[in-house]
Amino acid sequence: MTTLETKTSRMPKSKRDYSPAARIFLLLFFTALAILVMIPLIAMVLGTFKGGAEMWRSGLNLKPEFQMWSLDYWRYLFTGITVDGELLPHKYFTWFGNSLMITVIQTVLSLFISAFVAYGFEMYHFKGKNAIFLCVLMEMMIPFEILMLPMYVQANAMGLLDNMWGIMLPFLASVSAIFFFKQYLSGLPKDLLDAGRVDGCNEYSIFFRIILPIMGPAMSSMAVLVGMGAWNSLLWPMLVLTSMDKYTLPIGLNTLFTPYGNNYDLLICGSCFAILPILLIYIFAQKFIVEGMTAGAVKG
Amino acid sequence: MQKVKRILYSQKIAPYVFVLPFVLTFLVFFLYPLTTTIKMSFQDILPGQEQWVGLKNYQRLLTDKVFGQAVFNSLRYMVITCALLIPFPMLFAYMISSRSMKFAGAFKSIYFVPVLSSVVVAGLIFRMMFAEQPDAMMNSLLALFGQPAIWWLKLEYPSLLALVLLCCWRWTGMNMLYYLAGIKSIPTELYEAADIDGASAVQKFTKIGWPLLKPTTIYVLTISIYAGLAMFTESYMVFGNNASPHNYGLTIVGYLYRYGFEKLRMGYASAVGLALLVGALALNLVQLRLTGTIGKRGDK
Repeated sequence: MTTLETKTSRMPKSKRDYSPAARIFLLLFFTALAILVMIPLIAMVLGTFKGGAEMWRSGLNLKPEFQMWSLDYWRYLFTGITVDGELLPHKYFTWFGNSLMITVIQTVLSLFISAFVAYGFEMYHFKGKNAIFLCVLMEMMIPFEILMLPMYVQANAMGLLDNMWGIMLPFLASVSAIFFFKQYLSGLPKDLLDAGRVDGCNEYSIFFRIILPIMGPAMSSMAVLVGMGAWNSLLWPMLVLTSMDKYTLPIGLNTLFTPYGNNYDLLICGSCFAILPILLIYIFAQKFIVEGMTAGAVKG
Repeated sequence: MQKVKRILYSQKIAPYVFVLPFVLTFLVFFLYPLTTTIKMSFQDILPGQEQWVGLKNYQRLLTDKVFGQAVFNSLRYMVITCALLIPFPMLFAYMISSRSMKFAGAFKSIYFVPVLSSVVVAGLIFRMMFAEQPDAMMNSLLALFGQPAIWWLKLEYPSLLALVLLCCWRWTGMNMLYYLAGIKSIPTELYEAADIDGASAVQKFTKIGWPLLKPTTIYVLTISIYAGLAMFTESYMVFGNNASPHNYGLTIVGYLYRYGFEKLRMGYASAVGLALLVGALALNLVQLRLTGTIGKRGDK
């Protein structure tokens, strides 16, 4: 019995081996694929050193053209001093700040509210529960794009246009987060509730004091998913926001798509810099991103 | 006051308090807009006045050639992206998850990086790689084969290629992750048994991998159908705005956006949105029925 156990514990996830020739082929194949995947990013990074004028002249390509390289375009992004040495202030970091603020607020509120709702769905039996949960599934099934027009009319009627809260409010009770948290909570013993009640907790302090603190892993997975969505979101913020000072980063970058002034310098460096925060989180929290994003596909 | 508090804290009422944030959001930002858009689709709306017109908007949809083109474009994009983004990520995931595969973790990390990019940044990169200048990447590629430079984004199939490649670049890594999660859940005993029976790698895939990955495939197919049919921002970014030459990049949601937000004909735009909703739901119901996920319970 013990020998069998040690044997299975040494077993890899799936027992499939390839011949040496196949191994080399696969290694080459996946290396080629990795290079293909990296090409657009390499072209972008090269572009940040070649500058906007060059991008206007010849698009993005993989020619290094070291003689053109300059850090002036990055300097313009950070200091507002253009390649020609003039001071030409831009709004990139206003947008960056707006995006950062919206991302943080939306992530925190959305996780909290979604966990709150998921707890209600998972831990209680109540009249109408199935009907309400059906609504969660229905909302998951209908793409946002179909409802963007009436949602816009609604936001307008509520005075939420050109307002940070107008961007966030419709998505605070996030159905995918509710669904994920509900799955997570279903793995917890229901005795926790009764133990809490015996200890004198009321229904809400059970959630706040007992359940919320043990939801850390699930929260981290959803945090990156919700945060990434908020950071990268384009369509709804573009409909809601009208004044330039309130723009989020994706909308702001989109307005730079005209080769006017030093726009292209800012666009290429700014686009590159916009990926950076997410890339950093990805490097340090890859596991959580992967878990959060595949949450819908695997049950249990 | 004390009485209200006692009711709110009772075990009977508490669950409703927990799910309240969702119910409110659902009513205000989902159900109400949905009924508004259904209502508007039977109306002719001009700023300040609305008029009931019965089925006129829907009748017009049936004879609208441009709408027909938008439907065709969206369907074509959906079919192509499904045909590329299901089998290939599945095969890649299957091949990379073998224990004799070296550097699998590094490869997976690289393939996932495009998922982190926003549609704005990805759109910028692809637009500039497919730019018309002879030095831009895709034209340089043509030059390698002795072909003259073309205006990629002004031609039907070249611009479709740009959109499809953009989609593949962003989502191959994501779909691979879904499949990797599915592969993890296949019991290793099955492969051991297959080894004893002397099955080849191809047989192991067709007899074990493919059938057991069916749930993952259905999930990926379902979200791909929705995402493909509701595609809009990719086209918006690649073409620079919602007006692509000869409507080559016009999608159903693009048409909704054109009428709802550019021409302010909200009644007609609502009809477009609802047609898309019904079409997408119907297509996925057929798909789920054909793949045996719903209905036909006795067969298994």
